[in-house]
Amino acid sequence: MTESVLDLSNLVVSLGRAADSQRIIDGISLHLGERETLCLVGESGSGKSVTALTVMGLLPKGALVPTGGSVRLAGEQLLSASARRLRELRATRMAMIFQEPMTALNPVVPVGRQIDEVLRAHTRLDARARRKRILDMMEQVRLPQIERIFASYPHQLSGGQRQRIMIAMALVLEPKLLIADEPTTALDVTTQKQILTLIRDLQRDHDTAVLFITHDMGVVAEIADRVAVMREGRLVETGSLDTILRIPTMEYTRNLLSSVPSLVPRSPRPESTEPVVLEANELGKIYRERSFLGRTREVVAADDVTLSLRKGRTLGIVGESGSGKSTVARCIVRLIDPTSGGVRLAGREISELSRRLLQPHRKRIQIVFQDPYRSLNPRVNIGETIAEGPINYGMKRADAIEKARELLELVDLPVDSIKRYPHQFSGGQRQRIAIARALALDPDVLVADEAVSALDVSVQAQVLELLDEIQKRLGIALLFITHDLRVAAQICDDVAVMQHGRIVEQGPAAEVLTRPQQAYTRALLDAAPGRGWDFANFRPVAATTAAV
Amino acid sequence: MAIDTLPQPSIPITRPFRPSLGFLTATPIIAAATICLLLIVAMAIFAPWLAPHDPLLLAPAQRLKPSSAQFLLGTDAYGRDLLSRIIFGARISLLIGVGATVFSISIGLVIGLFSGFFRWLDAVLMRIMDGVMAIPAILLAIAVVSLSGASVATVLVAITIPEIPRVARLVRSVVLSAREEPYVEGAISVGSSLFKIMWRHLLPNTIAPLIVQGTNFCASAILTEAILSFLGAGISPETPTWGNIMAEGRAYFQIKPSLIFWPGLLLSVAILSVNLIGDAARDALDPRMKQREGGKP
Repeated sequence: MTESVLDLSNLVVSLGRAADSQRIIDGISLHLGERETLCLVGESGSGKSVTALTVMGLLPKGALVPTGGSVRLAGEQLLSASARRLRELRATRMAMIFQEPMTALNPVVPVGRQIDEVLRAHTRLDARARRKRILDMMEQVRLPQIERIFASYPHQLSGGQRQRIMIAMALVLEPKLLIADEPTTALDVTTQKQILTLIRDLQRDHDTAVLFITHDMGVVAEIADRVAVMREGRLVETGSLDTILRIPTMEYTRNLLSSVPSLVPRSPRPESTEPVVLEANELGKIYRERSFLGRTREVVAADDVTLSLRKGRTLGIVGESGSGKSTVARCIVRLIDPTSGGVRLAGREISELSRRLLQPHRKRIQIVFQDPYRSLNPRVNIGETIAEGPINYGMKRADAIEKARELLELVDLPVDSIKRYPHQFSGGQRQRIAIARALALDPDVLVADEAVSALDVSVQAQVLELLDEIQKRLGIALLFITHDLRVAAQICDDVAVMQHGRIVEQGPAAEVLTRPQQAYTRALLDAAPGRGWDFANFRPVAATTAAV
Repeated sequence: MAIDTLPQPSIPITRPFRPSLGFLTATPIIAAATICLLLIVAMAIFAPWLAPHDPLLLAPAQRLKPSSAQFLLGTDAYGRDLLSRIIFGARISLLIGVGATVFSISIGLVIGLFSGFFRWLDAVLMRIMDGVMAIPAILLAIAVVSLSGASVATVLVAITIPEIPRVARLVRSVVLSAREEPYVEGAISVGSSLFKIMWRHLLPNTIAPLIVQGTNFCASAILTEAILSFLGAGISPETPTWGNIMAEGRAYFQIKPSLIFWPGLLLSVAILSVNLIGDAARDALDPRMKQREGGKP
């Protein structure tokens, strides 16, 4: 057994100091040894981040208070430590990296100097020694052209580079404990993979203990030695990675794992001979920025995108951020106007129609957005929201409200909630409402733009199931935009992979996701975290499919 | 599976973002301001019944009388009852304050909505607004009044115009950020008309900031009217307003200071009350001051 680095015993964190105040963390005990990675998993609101902040002594003052238990870092009590001692410990013994490196870095100070501040505050090295140490650290986090990056501002770096800077800053004083709070969630899969590898390598070289917080089972499978599952402030179970993934004892863990969509595509449906409802032909979108002196900068967001979708089928567009997949979705729904190419909806060209002429066709294609908290007007009750479309197309108000009721039933929400306002629903429920709004116009095509990306896996599974059921029942065609290959594998018949605004590979999901022809698709699949595990069946993926 | 549980039906249906009037009694000072303002409003409404004399009746024999049982606050240089003139003066002051606020907000709101929503209109409208904004308010008011004669209507116009760009800018900024919200795109994709999008999805976002802007402007409009009357560029001198009562009283300040004191006191109380209520409204409606239910921080 290695030396203990972090010990939480029976930790309780409450909302306020009063004895009866609500417990956000309710009796958590964890143990983390040297050179070990403990993954803290759980859905949103499970208390993962609060646990990390408690260890760091960074809880919002007065709002959240540790009211019981103990936290020991290498034997030293943290809950009773003075603010000054904690400040000392925070750089030298423990460090933390966050989800969004852009907000964690100071935008007006070059990154090299930001790392330097840590050294100046906690060491007595002279300027030259500090600089050498920083450059050395930047080399270790595998940043290119370290001299240039040393003098760069955060906005001049990519998301991955910024996260590397954060890691360099966290590890420059060789702390014993590194807390990583969803450090790769905001990154693309290929970057995520590099960062995960980096954290693992650095941990080995520096003997650091890592407390890794994530909601993503794939990431867990990549990096964890041991796993702790949390739910509603309590520890559900802990165990080694293998034990948790293979033989989870608790019902909640089993359900959580079963909800993770498999990377192995679902068995293909028979070829469809239904009519084509949506076609995009050589669709292009160029953003032009005209600067003051008349120079024009062009950004090609989508180029030569050709897609076709048959009734009752699902076409996925997958790609990393900035690949142009959302631009394509918006062009197709005509929320933005394409600069070239065409969109045919049920045989009718709609890309060049004016607003007025487009109106009768608009109802045939509807869209569901990513963020369930912003896609519904908070001031309008959900019945009115769903009925808005039909009323726009001449339905009588009473009939439209009646239709809204039916749709609520269709998306599994209680009919009597029709007069409620969006803030009274959870994220998953709001997404169901958004789906109901889209379905209210009986569209031929439903575009889902990252519609399940903001949801927890269990809720995500339910919404995917709902979409599947609706498709079976209504014969609707789905255009499914996602960055998540797992989701794509489970819902799509066909998949188009986009990169830099172009489609690099297109074909049946079973083909593209198991026998990719293009290097980029292979790289994407390769980077998908936890690709070696079939979570739902509690075993590694069979050798035949994993070997691709 | 973590079932996506629904709030129980017993949870009351709560409307988000409904500005409540509760803030009017939030602190003793604001409550006092509310009461003062209500008294002044009542005084203006019931002026014909409250005033002991005709405010326009000249009585040269009674000029500059001190307070007495007949004339509670005495009389002015023409023998008119000061108290009656002050009571009737509240009517003009409030009319100008409320009227200018309503007009500037209605016009500014439309301009702001359109320039925020239509990109092609934006540049033109906002440059015009910039131009109007460059003109000093009092100067413009004096010019308008001297061109078209003094009446309540011209003073109203003169005070309203300089405020319109401020309202338009405020509304435009709110609309510019609200139109990027996915729920507005959602409304576009379900085929809602432009009018409906503006009315239902954009306009409600502007209400809270407009209440704040409106109360503050109301106070400054009352003051501007008084200044114009005082300068002699306002409403014709026989009509009693707080401003021209003070303007006339200026000549007799050393003989009878109450000619300036009483209308000045009421003017100060009215403006202070409206300003305090405006500040309270801002604190109650600004999400940064107070995080509301259903809103994101």
